[in-house]
Amino acid sequence: MTAVIETEGLGKRYHKLWALTDCSLSIPAGHVVGLVGPNGAGKTTLMNLATGMLAPTAGRIEVLGERPAAGPGQLAQVGYLAQDAPVYAGLSVADHLRLGAHLNPGWDSELGRRRIGQLDLDPGQKAGKLSGGQRAQLALTIALGKRPELLILDEPVASLDPLARREFLQNLMEIVGERQVSVVLSSHLISDLERVCDYMIVLVDSRVRLAGTVDELLATHHLLSGPRRDPASLPDGVQVISASHTDVQSTLLVRTSGPVLDPAWTASEVGLEDLMLAYMKQASGRGQHHRHLEVQK
Amino acid sequence: MEASVIEFHLDGRSGVAPYMQLIHQVRHALRLGLLHEGDQLPKVKDVAASLAINPNTVLKAYRELEYEGLVAARPGIGTFVTGTLDGGSLAAHGPLRRELQRWLAKARRAGLDDESIEALFASTFRSASEDVEDTGRWAG
Repeated sequence: MTAVIETEGLGKRYHKLWALTDCSLSIPAGHVVGLVGPNGAGKTTLMNLATGMLAPTAGRIEVLGERPAAGPGQLAQVGYLAQDAPVYAGLSVADHLRLGAHLNPGWDSELGRRRIGQLDLDPGQKAGKLSGGQRAQLALTIALGKRPELLILDEPVASLDPLARREFLQNLMEIVGERQVSVVLSSHLISDLERVCDYMIVLVDSRVRLAGTVDELLATHHLLSGPRRDPASLPDGVQVISASHTDVQSTLLVRTSGPVLDPAWTASEVGLEDLMLAYMKQASGRGQHHRHLEVQK
Repeated sequence: MEASVIEFHLDGRSGVAPYMQLIHQVRHALRLGLLHEGDQLPKVKDVAASLAINPNTVLKAYRELEYEGLVAARPGIGTFVTGTLDGGSLAAHGPLRRELQRWLAKARRAGLDDESIEALFASTFRSASEDVEDTGRWAG
């Protein structure tokens, strides 16, 4: 299968600050990809590069085999939902659908009508009067109406209450089940991503720390506990992600392709959330803990 | 949408992978006789939508169950139960359950709390399984 997003040495600098550095990724088609990382890690920058809203400072990026926003054909295949689900406050729900139909050659008007009916939105309602959840659903409807091959969603559920969040994700998963659409979404809510994503990317301090299918990540990481010892004494090929020690005991999160055979260690499986957090902690734990300013496009 | 025989649920805090939870729930329903041969499992798309989980997760669970010979997929129609797990033993469940209840009452009177009871059961279960394996080897 071809890659939906392929980058090589991709970087973006704002004045003196690198928002994304040396990013090399190859995201295969047919996945729901979760993009996680602390504020200012470069998630939005990566998404803006993928949609062609930003041009790279270094390296290259291809989306569905072409440079982002290379032409109308490429643009028509990518649906994008920016942070906070922007809609036109003064336009009605029906106006949004009309606008979508007018601006997109391959518009699926049946889908638009069906979703608005399903979601119980009043077509005459001004978008500015919708609740956060309804607004997100309207914006998703517009993004889907163009029948994209790739859907890019920047923090789609961040501002929603738990019920609206669940409904949004239920809808999204229904769509993924119905059509062959690849999805990349960013979120702080790892527990949500754990349900919906089968591919994960961890971005910290403008770098990719971890990327892979969830199955592969879970199969190659283990939690080891045993009598206290120096992590450096572990065999080659075992990479320590995090380590904590008491006087007598060591607990390590390690990455290894093979099984851990040393009987001194008790190996157990590690959950996806703990795994993501360990990678985020590993990166931010070095030196002074600080966060970059959240850089808006 | 036709009503399915079983409805899946997910425990987000159990630490058990979602696809394993689905597999356990089907096995559990088979064991308790809630699912029978010929019953249709909920459609992948419907499970994904109702639980807000990745359709691939549901597919993975169904494939695993298929591999175990418990279900079979009919392309374009759905996934159907083809096997059983009760081993014809459903009739024995009642008396066994009553014996177990008596045993539990005895354990409580002896001062064991829930955790101790579970630990005792698990360790006895394990050593008994090992014994069975050994006997099996000798007999074979």
